[in-house]
Amino acid sequence: MTPDTASENLPRAPVRRLDRVGVVIAAALAVLAAVLVWDASKLPSTTMYGMGPEAMPVVIAIGLVILAVGNLIDALRGNLPPRESMDPMPVWLIIGGLALLIGIIGFGGGFILATSALFVTTSAAFGRRAVLADSAIALVITTLIYLAFDKLLTLSLPAGPLERLL
Amino acid sequence: MDTFAALAHGMAVAMQPMNLLYALIGVFLGTAVGVLPGIGPALTVALLLPVTYKLDPGGSLIMFAGIYYGGMYGGSTTAILINTPGESASMATALEGNKMAKAGRGGPALATSAIGSFVAGTIATIGLAFLAPWLVDFAVRFGPEDYFALMCVAFVTVSATFGDSPVRGLTSLFIGLTLGLVGIDKLTGQARLAFGIPELLDGVEVTTLAVGLFAVGEALYVASRRHHAEEKLEPVRGSLWMTREDWRRSWKPWLRGTLFGFPIGALPAGGAEIPTFLSYSTERRLTKHPEEFGKGAIEGVAGPEAANNASAAGTLVPLLTLGLPTSATAAMMLAGFQQYGLNPGPLLFAERPDLVWGLIASLFIANGMLLVLNLPLVGLWVRLLAIPQPWLYAGILVFATMGTIAAKPSVVELSMLAAFGVMGFLMRRFDFPIAPVVIGLILGPIAESQLRRALAISLGDPMVLLQSPMSATLLGIALIALLAPFVLRGLGRFKANED
Repeated sequence: MTPDTASENLPRAPVRRLDRVGVVIAAALAVLAAVLVWDASKLPSTTMYGMGPEAMPVVIAIGLVILAVGNLIDALRGNLPPRESMDPMPVWLIIGGLALLIGIIGFGGGFILATSALFVTTSAAFGRRAVLADSAIALVITTLIYLAFDKLLTLSLPAGPLERLL
Repeated sequence: MDTFAALAHGMAVAMQPMNLLYALIGVFLGTAVGVLPGIGPALTVALLLPVTYKLDPGGSLIMFAGIYYGGMYGGSTTAILINTPGESASMATALEGNKMAKAGRGGPALATSAIGSFVAGTIATIGLAFLAPWLVDFAVRFGPEDYFALMCVAFVTVSATFGDSPVRGLTSLFIGLTLGLVGIDKLTGQARLAFGIPELLDGVEVTTLAVGLFAVGEALYVASRRHHAEEKLEPVRGSLWMTREDWRRSWKPWLRGTLFGFPIGALPAGGAEIPTFLSYSTERRLTKHPEEFGKGAIEGVAGPEAANNASAAGTLVPLLTLGLPTSATAAMMLAGFQQYGLNPGPLLFAERPDLVWGLIASLFIANGMLLVLNLPLVGLWVRLLAIPQPWLYAGILVFATMGTIAAKPSVVELSMLAAFGVMGFLMRRFDFPIAPVVIGLILGPIAESQLRRALAISLGDPMVLLQSPMSATLLGIALIALLAPFVLRGLGRFKANED
């Protein structure tokens, strides 16, 4: 993405006084800082000299709080860069594909089925509607990858029902 | 050891038939993956890291060097032919290069970028070979407090000084630093931020983070804005070769680009973005054909492309001599070293000269191979670019998850990959830079252990940071670099004015 296409394609967002996403980001940073301090407070301080393991999380937490304030100021002034319109559907499709992949691996479905599921959902996210054809392509490609990496490079990829047939 | 002797020894290592084969595989894979749209050199190295798991360290580092340089070459092909630079360093190339391709001069644009990359890469690698031993001699005297101060400089310059917004850059850095805390503390053995999950005790894998942020994040981002106009692939028409006129107009920009790229890359100033844009604006000012700029001037491809490659070799100087990565790609190279338990730095030069000098020598070989590979095979790479987008991104995601599945086939690790992907998507959408996260993760724990070592030696007295003149100077530089963008709000914006 070059900057000039970014400014050509879309109407610039009207200048808003308050940017809600910016406020959420600032809040998330503050929460992260709180988690760091909470986690560090459970560490017993055992070091005799210098810094223990609990010191650095606190330093980083302080930095995060300062940055939360910085982000909040940017959000309140509304001087965040303009955003492009987006289509949420493909994003959810790919996230769904990743969830399927994790589920299939988790339940022992094996590499081929898991990555095929991701292949088909991603391809659908990019506008393909031929699910059956894509499934066939996905199975062939992932089987080839499995054979190449498992047999030739001896990387161990998780095996499921399909892999055991090979 | 004398540089020439060391380099000759390294050449002997790199010229072994097996190592030549590794270099060839590296440049081939690097170009093939790097040419895919949206994939820059950092992601190329991250994706191919698992492939090198089982090789011996020497061979795999040589393969890495090939992947690194190959990814750079591949990235410029994409920038020229479809105007989707995989990384900000190719943005300047895309400006004029894509215009040249649209005007039917894609061949000479690819040729000047390949030959320019070769010239710049070779000169800069010579620079690396001669600068490195000198810097190593200097770095041997560094104490832990000096290393800590040096890393502070790198943190600030990478995230705050040269970006669009210091606040957003630093936010990215601190997210990376937070991720770096996860896992067992190496000095005391206590678990931080693990929340009782055993997989988190080992810490966050750099490859998982990089692949999630770059590959998954990029796929989500491109999918979310598919309804925006798609960039068209420009076919390479006409002659591939440069005319005498093209040569005459290219050689000076190559050399000037190298002069910008190498020193800026070698300083811990972060990335190739600055030298490429400096080179672009310089060529624009010096050209005898100002009317062609904006319509496809060959100088505007030759200069930035040379600067880009020279700075890639430049970033290897702090990486190899100090263990200090100053770009996302260099951070991935460091992860590659760490995969074999090797820590780049003065010690590695002393203990494994064969490895370090073999790597430096193989950079020359990779560069030469790329020149030979790229020009005749450009048709093959262009065909890779023509893969339909749905299958391309589906394939990228399969390959990306495969790396994680092969390294750690656990639900937790894959969930982290997915979570980092969503984070990468949100960061792209809301304009947070990504490289500082990777640098923070990889450099944060090293900086912390150096600081704690320094404080342990000084019996807890923090003044040790200011008593060493080196460390005091570096911390002063870091402070100035941190405050400068706030004081001179225009400094970081020269880039925006450029286009």
